[in-house]
Amino acid sequence: MVRDKDQFLNILLVSPSILAVFIFVYVFIGWSVRVSLSKWKGLNADYTWNGINNYLELFKDPRFHVDVRNTLIFTGVFVVGSMVLGFILAVMLDQGLKGEGFFRSLFLFPMAISYIVTGSVWRWLMNPAMVGSRVTGFNVLFQNMGLDFLANTWYGTPVWGIAAIGLAAIWQMSGYTMALYLAGLRAIPAELKEAAQIDGANQLQIYRYIMLPLLSPVTLSALIILGHMSLKVFDLIIAIAGKQLPLDVPAIYMWQITFDGLFYGKGAAIGIILLVSVAILIIPYIRYTLKTEAQQ
Amino acid sequence: MTNNLRFGKYWLYIPLVAMAIFYILPMYVILITGFKSFAEVDLKTMWVLPQGIAFDNYIEAWAKLSPSLRNSFLMVIPATLISSALGSLNGFVLAKWKFRGADVIFPFILFGMFIPYQSIMIPLVQFMNRVGVSGLPGLALAHIIYGIPITTLTFRNYYASLPQELLEAAKMDGASMLGIYRHILIPISLPSFVVVLIWQFTSAWNDFLFAVILTGNEQWPITVALNNMAGSQIIAWNVQMAGSLLAALPTLLVYIFLGRYFLRGLLAGSLKG
Repeated sequence: MVRDKDQFLNILLVSPSILAVFIFVYVFIGWSVRVSLSKWKGLNADYTWNGINNYLELFKDPRFHVDVRNTLIFTGVFVVGSMVLGFILAVMLDQGLKGEGFFRSLFLFPMAISYIVTGSVWRWLMNPAMVGSRVTGFNVLFQNMGLDFLANTWYGTPVWGIAAIGLAAIWQMSGYTMALYLAGLRAIPAELKEAAQIDGANQLQIYRYIMLPLLSPVTLSALIILGHMSLKVFDLIIAIAGKQLPLDVPAIYMWQITFDGLFYGKGAAIGIILLVSVAILIIPYIRYTLKTEAQQ
Repeated sequence: MTNNLRFGKYWLYIPLVAMAIFYILPMYVILITGFKSFAEVDLKTMWVLPQGIAFDNYIEAWAKLSPSLRNSFLMVIPATLISSALGSLNGFVLAKWKFRGADVIFPFILFGMFIPYQSIMIPLVQFMNRVGVSGLPGLALAHIIYGIPITTLTFRNYYASLPQELLEAAKMDGASMLGIYRHILIPISLPSFVVVLIWQFTSAWNDFLFAVILTGNEQWPITVALNNMAGSQIIAWNVQMAGSLLAALPTLLVYIFLGRYFLRGLLAGSLKG
């Protein structure tokens, strides 16, 4: 039972935060939508109605097509890579080996540093130069090891360069999927595994047919979290390669067209397209999570 | 597969060590390059250990980056403290002292944690200009407000796990709501405070997007300054590596000493705390 005085105090305590979130998230989104429907171009605000023309122009814009393609390639490499690697690492660490804690910390430490730091190292590790005095990073490593055929132009590769950025992102985030899977594996009762062993299942079968299906909620969370991250990818690309057209993504286009080009209407439209893509993934996820929580 | 049992699981160390090398490689490059003398630095010998320990690179990187390291601390400390405190209050009210509509509001707060900031960026800049908050205070304000969803979530989940009887007993004894919060919940939720403080510190320190649109030259935090240094043709890559270590060190130290709490924050961020 909540007393009236407390009830009032409650609302008083949380209302500043709720109000702030309401304004900075929802009012601002509404405001962005309005800008995206305007002709605003240049430093001075201009809310002249433009209908959905900004969106239509974007859908016809070759640069935006490159962005969509790059986002798809990046998402594929990054999400699949991080999921598979994270799962394998988690299974290996789940075997009760000595030094588990050490390896776990090591696989997870990239999460503690910024994309900018990661990017400023990987830009050199994956330096596209293959001949001459600028050859460095992995290419020089491969050459020293006699693996010249592995040397390549990394993020300088036409069309697929963005996949190289995905590699750096896997380095940064696979520990996160590992942590999610490891927490999931630890939550599965040991009896299940023992019962399967008694029935003659081998380790591989146990993970494939018992653990993996039981872990599907973890897989779903990881897919959604990583997927929504890849829609937002920005810092990492900037830090590795700067702003260059072949490695463009919506977040970079939005930044450039708005703050360098001053096409506010179009910039807002890109922001809203990103928001809708993220919302499609995240809203069902929040609903699902809160529903399962309520059932427990 | 019984064979495996006879050999033990020790063969697993082979892939584990291989993976460990993969994760260490970039740090290895940062470290060895940072300690090379200017004369030794050459792109071709990136992987070769330095001949001695020189501090040339660090001295130059420090000279270039120390003002922005200071900016980062000035902005991150208040941002972290305030958004954690707000999150704790909200979590308490949303978990234990539900007002009507609390369950409706919560998912809306949560969604704020996932939005791409591009979708609020133009209004944010306009708003900050209009109310006259700019530079570091503006950046701190953005981190506080956009940090509220995750701090609220973490505290709410923790407070929700506490038995209701605990509060009922205190209420019977005549404790007021704020009294219960101050004397019971705050002390037992210290570990959650550590989780949230670390999480907020790390994300605000590592942020680039807000920093690059809300601050100018003089007030750049470390991420923006490092990025501009790395993109520059004039500053050698060895100095950039030293700068990268300076930029990574604060969060890396927090991770090394408080990694356990860091992991919990990470899981909370996927709504799985």
